Amino acid sequence: MNNNKVIQVEGLTKTFGDFTAVNAITFEVEKGEIFGFLGANGAGKTTAMKMLIGISNPTSGKANVAGFDVFTHAEDIKKNIGYMSQKFALYDDLTVKENITFFGGIYGLPRKRIKEKSEILIQELGLEKVANTLVGALPLGWKQKLSFSVSLIHDPKIVFLDEPTGGVDPITRRQFWEMIYKAAHEGTTVFVTTHYMDEAEYCDRVSIMVNGKIEALDTPKKLKEQFKVDNMNDVFLKLARG
Amino acid sequence: MSISVNHISKSYKKVKALQDISFEVKQNELFGLIGPDGAGKTTLFRILTTLLFPNEGTATVAGFDVVTDYKKIRNSVGYMPGKFSLYQDLTVEENLNFFATIFGTTIEENYDLIKDIYVQIEPFKNRRAGKLSGGMKQKLALCCALIHKPKVLFLDEPTTGVDPVSRKEFWDMLKRLQQKNITILVSTPYMDEAALCDRIALIQDGKILEIDTPEAIVKHFPKQIYNVRANNMYQLITSLNEYQHNHSVYPFGEFVHYTDSRTDFNPNDLKVYLESKNLFNIEIEKTKATIEDTFMELAK
Repeated sequence: MNNNKVIQVEGLTKTFGDFTAVNAITFEVEKGEIFGFLGANGAGKTTAMKMLIGISNPTSGKANVAGFDVFTHAEDIKKNIGYMSQKFALYDDLTVKENITFFGGIYGLPRKRIKEKSEILIQELGLEKVANTLVGALPLGWKQKLSFSVSLIHDPKIVFLDEPTGGVDPITRRQFWEMIYKAAHEGTTVFVTTHYMDEAEYCDRVSIMVNGKIEALDTPKKLKEQFKVDNMNDVFLKLARG
Repeated sequence: MSISVNHISKSYKKVKALQDISFEVKQNELFGLIGPDGAGKTTLFRILTTLLFPNEGTATVAGFDVVTDYKKIRNSVGYMPGKFSLYQDLTVEENLNFFATIFGTTIEENYDLIKDIYVQIEPFKNRRAGKLSGGMKQKLALCCALIHKPKVLFLDEPTTGVDPVSRKEFWDMLKRLQQKNITILVSTPYMDEAALCDRIALIQDGKILEIDTPEAIVKHFPKQIYNVRANNMYQLITSLNEYQHNHSVYPFGEFVHYTDSRTDFNPNDLKVYLESKNLFNIEIEKTKATIEDTFMELAK
């Protein structure tokens, strides 16, 4: 496989009974790329993402993520990716430090490395004063930033972000995107879903799923040209409304 | 006035959820409460729908006091909470019938009010509410909140987590309801939805930052904003953040929105600086403030 392609998907399909949730999608994502994965509710995004992170078996097709085949090496994929969703973030009844230690341990980092990572991470996020505070007591924006950092604790090749900024205030949302840019700049591939269309513009490339298929895939600039509109919201509306 | 809020405060133990909130919503107005999670929007909704007592202050809804006349308010308002709160194991039709009966009315009596919305979910009327898609649940919840023809409709984050297509449809529905003599108070964390309201209150950390029409709010923005673009977004943001004269630096879609702290700012100086940081293809152009710019400036 080409080393620069960290996700390679070909004809990936998932059916539930008669229903085809993901219908033969094909795409590639390069190292260090910020890849936006958009679609209306029910378009098949979550199902597709679950296959890519190795927690759902595809019905047919091929997919290679972080160098591993989703059919045969799902466990290796899990070790080499990070995942963060809006819903499952961190343990509210563990402190900031305990959460970091816990997830570091889950990913099998040595104790010494966890300690180092923990200090760097807390300092970078400016959480020194609340390091021993229960995560449940932190504002949502802090939790989401912490959660993102924790998803990167084992230096994964790819990080999957499922609507990471829902409900977050606009300043924190931007700080969050600055963290995404930084991670991508340092070579981590970022695979992100969002309902904020201005965030789609932050991505290097964007795919839009409609009824299980990828109906558009390009840079935001080219998509806007292709659909002759001046923002991603209109691209989305044109495609999803059919 | 349909809603009148006077110096309302509410605390939960140490947390001040609302601090001295005052505003008024006129008859048939579509009024938006715009703010992130934790701003106090839901607490305010719960006080106005008589589900929670304020610690201080008074409020009236449809002319009734939220504390002393709570029963009258409950008959006069529709409330769609942020969390889906219908009976998951009743069908679409059963849920709607249930809410109509509770309020001593029938689906037929007020059918024209919900018709536009209900026809979209009618093909699934025998499906259990728990098995509906997000967009359909939202439409059913709106029908249930409307079935007794309320004077005031409270919608707590009806579009959170909803895709842009369904969001647009939902706002089109609200605009039509407004024509039917219903006052609407709606909250949202999506700043782009603010422009669709008649007036908005920007709210953060339990305090109102500003109240006005969306047009007036953006006009009040105190500085000239520049769209800045270059070959590398990450380096551009980092360089702008390090620039000693910056006032604000916020990524905005394909650009960075930049304001300068100097009164005699010359974009050319910034260009020279960015070039010295090895950036190229630099574009710097004036742009207009959005609601989100204003929110961030006020929340700073």
